[in-house]
Amino acid sequence: MAHGHKSNEKVVFVGDSRVRKKASTGPVTPPDYSAYPGKSEAFIPNFLLKEWMVGVVVLVGFLVLTISEAAPLGYPADPTNASFIPMPDWYFLFLYQFLKLQYVSKDYVVLGTVGIPGVAFGALLLAPFLDTGKERRFYRRPITSILMFMSLISVFYLTKQSWDHYEHELKITNSVPEHITREEKAREAAEEAAKAGLPAGSPPPEIPLVEAKDPTATAIIEKAKCVQCHGTDLKGNDAAGIPSFHGIGDKFSKEELVDIVTNGKDNMPSFKDTLSAEEIDQLTTWLSKQKAPAK
Amino acid sequence: MFKGVYNWIDERLDITPMWRDVADHEVPEHVNPAHHFSAFVYCFGGLTFFITVIQILSGMFLTMYFVPDIINAYKSVDFLQHKVAFGGIVRGMHHWGASLVIVMMFLHTLRVFFTGSYKAPREMNWVVGMLIFFIMLGLGFTGYLLPWDNKAYFATKVGIQIAESVPYIGTYIKELMQGGEIVGAETLTRFFAIHVFFLPGALLALLAAHFFMIRKQGISGPL
Repeated sequence: MAHGHKSNEKVVFVGDSRVRKKASTGPVTPPDYSAYPGKSEAFIPNFLLKEWMVGVVVLVGFLVLTISEAAPLGYPADPTNASFIPMPDWYFLFLYQFLKLQYVSKDYVVLGTVGIPGVAFGALLLAPFLDTGKERRFYRRPITSILMFMSLISVFYLTKQSWDHYEHELKITNSVPEHITREEKAREAAEEAAKAGLPAGSPPPEIPLVEAKDPTATAIIEKAKCVQCHGTDLKGNDAAGIPSFHGIGDKFSKEELVDIVTNGKDNMPSFKDTLSAEEIDQLTTWLSKQKAPAK
Repeated sequence: MFKGVYNWIDERLDITPMWRDVADHEVPEHVNPAHHFSAFVYCFGGLTFFITVIQILSGMFLTMYFVPDIINAYKSVDFLQHKVAFGGIVRGMHHWGASLVIVMMFLHTLRVFFTGSYKAPREMNWVVGMLIFFIMLGLGFTGYLLPWDNKAYFATKVGIQIAESVPYIGTYIKELMQGGEIVGAETLTRFFAIHVFFLPGALLALLAAHFFMIRKQGISGPL
């Protein structure tokens, strides 16, 4: 037999081809910390329990955050939406803001996308081969530490700047992040449903158009090209803040409607050049009739 | 009973040395928060792994409901968030955990950097750690698209535009990421596959290397 059976082993393998353990090399021997004065202890369970205590503190904080703040969800992606302000997740903001600086954008964009980030992250990746001295304390290796501190300050500064710019943009476009609008609308709908005695989560009742086939109104709607923004079903677009014609009479009086159509409102243009005063009067009369059916 | 099962397996596979190697190695005093409170900075690596495990588990549950196509992606996330029992919690854990894992990894990186622990003989472990950092950022970028709301869509569009500006290979990177002419159906399935198969696979391999090296070399000594 090629391999002799050792009589002291409990399991006998037929045709034993296991790699023989060399007598000289045992299992991986952990490095010896006896050189450092102090109390070292075994990883499991002694040390892991202590690390777990730190972990529990983090876990509780994390779960409190999870329970108190719902993960945001906006409106479904609409590639034709031209007014949406794009925003990456917060940890990419510094790069996003960096690319807006004068000498790393437009003609110099290669410097911004590949050049400087390439050098910075390349240096970080290869740090052990650039900072080869034996000294480990950060205050005794000033060049490395100063470079890192400066990078950190730039990253924090750019992130803050990017966020401020986003808030400024929200203000001047008079818009609210979609996940907030959506959450508020959902809450209002739930409250209304509760008032009407409907079970929570049921969709809002469909409001039909009153006198939908009215020839004068239809002609004016066609002339003013209302459907371009308000949709062929005249239901508007909630996500873009375009109101529906269905039930509009409940939200605005006839005088308000005349003012909106004549002078425009928010993103809606003025129609005083497109429509005559008489036509506006006829259209708004029809619009003011658009009320939800009495319950 | 347990002992019997353990012995039965041990006789056949000789697992005791492996287990003893994992469990019994000495952890020095200077990294132990029970002895020096400031040693909690040495916990950031372990916490990064802890949050990563939470990410993997919550992500596995999310894929039970998520449908990676442009008609149903948003609807399935909406359903999961508002109709499924504890769906909002599981999605919340995955959403906030994604940020937390970046924070923890950032702190861990800074600890290693400022204690000079990346120096010889631990250079390779630092490089692997940085690769893990990049993989995590990739997971963040690809995961951001999946709910398929406007925020996801336009952020990805801008991200791909930035990638396109890379000289020579920019258009190829764009095509590889986008899978077509526009950010659309192909992009979503592609990002989904990258997010749940390619990057986690790479992540697990790199984590294994990271842990093997720290085990082999031990933690760096006190300053």
